Amino acid sequence: MAALDAAHQNLLRTLAPEVLGILCRRTKDFAAAEDAVQEALVAAAQQWPAEGLPAHPRAWLLQVASRRLTDEARMAIARRAREQIVVSLVPAEEQVVVGADDGAEVLDDDSLALLFMCCHPSLSPASAIALTLRAVAGLTTAEIGRAFLVPEATMAQRISRAKQAIKDSAVGFERPGPEVFAARLDAVMHVLYLLFSEGYAASSGDAVVRTDLSGEALRVTRLLHRLVPDEPEVSGLLALLLLTDARRAARTGPGGELVPLDQQDRSLWDRRAIAEGVALLDAALPLGRPGPYQLQAAVAALHDEAPDAAHTDWPQILALYEVLRGLSDNPMVELNHAIATAMVYGPAAGLTLLDQLAGDARLAGTHRLDAVRAHLMERAGDAAGAIALYRRAAGRTASVVEREYLLAHAARLQDGLA
Amino acid sequence: MKYMLMMNAPGNGPYQIASWPHQDLVRHIQFMKSFAKKLTAAGELVTAEGLSGPDQAKRVRAGNDGKPITDGVFPEAKEFLAGYWIVQVDSAERAYQIAAEASAAPGKGGAPLNMPIEVREVMSAPPSDWEQ
Repeated sequence: MAALDAAHQNLLRTLAPEVLGILCRRTKDFAAAEDAVQEALVAAAQQWPAEGLPAHPRAWLLQVASRRLTDEARMAIARRAREQIVVSLVPAEEQVVVGADDGAEVLDDDSLALLFMCCHPSLSPASAIALTLRAVAGLTTAEIGRAFLVPEATMAQRISRAKQAIKDSAVGFERPGPEVFAARLDAVMHVLYLLFSEGYAASSGDAVVRTDLSGEALRVTRLLHRLVPDEPEVSGLLALLLLTDARRAARTGPGGELVPLDQQDRSLWDRRAIAEGVALLDAALPLGRPGPYQLQAAVAALHDEAPDAAHTDWPQILALYEVLRGLSDNPMVELNHAIATAMVYGPAAGLTLLDQLAGDARLAGTHRLDAVRAHLMERAGDAAGAIALYRRAAGRTASVVEREYLLAHAARLQDGLA
Repeated sequence: MKYMLMMNAPGNGPYQIASWPHQDLVRHIQFMKSFAKKLTAAGELVTAEGLSGPDQAKRVRAGNDGKPITDGVFPEAKEFLAGYWIVQVDSAERAYQIAAEASAAPGKGGAPLNMPIEVREVMSAPPSDWEQ
């Protein structure tokens, strides 16, 4: 069987949320519509390579998915009819009418409603991510399972439980009203950010080929940005993902080992992604509605635009973290703020700030505080103290590559002492 | 047939490799990586996982109310599971061969560790006609 080429695959996955959006609006049954669209996607992947691309791909998908839904409805009616003679007044085939392609504006509204539904705050982040990947990004359950290194059956169960949760909580398929819009948009952005981070962490893993989750996060964030172009934080999020992903090729060495920012080969950075991220930020910041994503993107831009590590504009980065601290209560921001302080005022100043963080329950027992402290102690010339903390951090991280990086770093310092 | 190959690390403190010189550490990690790659290429690797250190381990029991009672740090332990491979092979002998290869992973100074690898067959589902 011929396989679908990359361009058609891409087309299929762009159309998937649109078709699903139309069906959701018409049937008000997300779970059934989602199943029908998945079946239509499978049918397309099988038939298009053999029979050629249909003249109207979206209408084709819509028709196939609608037919599945109608068949389902008919079977459900038949089941009920056997038990009690109650027949719907509206014939099943008329419940889903395949019309002409809906206008672009309606399609966009549907796509946005779909995103809001999949990233509803009542879902756990893991469920929201899985559902977004299937319903919005158009990935198959098998692909999503591979991305998270779980069996397909496990992922199928996770997705169907997420769909059930949506049903139970009666989350509407609609654009949220103005009073909750900001909060719901925050939830969507948070899910996309987590999805990106998941991929970014996984991309450093070795032989295993995992679905490119960072790429998927970028794709869906681009969609969100197209749908909500006037929201500076959405621009900020897209900029942040682009400016971070731009360094991907330089993040790992030939053996899959982690390469820290200051040692990366900057010629490997993706200049086009950096330019796009900076342009987005330049358009968003003057709107005067700063937020955590815009500020983090601004930090990433300063790193990306420095010709080398020594020329990083640390005073500016420190200033950005000062603003970020005022906006959110996030221990990771505090850690980065301490690092920036150390880069501007010396390691002792950074270590003083870390001492104040020692009591933060959110950091207790995590490897990050240890790793940052070790780094600053090393800079301050306390190699023995740094080695002990690097090793403790290595024992606490759940990431294999990070553990190897921390152990290797400690070993090199130890070699220097001997 | 599937076998689980378990690598046990001595003691209950942090893993010994944490205190090795840089060169030895890197050699050991490279060995483990290429070992996994080789098993994958041979179609024998089902899964492999490394576990975080004993100092992070907890022992859990249900209390009378069914709630978890956790218990940490095990001074009495002589060795600890550090990681495992599950391989699919045609014979027990092949599983032992793979285990021996893992056992000889390079240690300090590059000398083979010859650490003990516990080999256990993974139970399989009954054949489909079992009930007939």
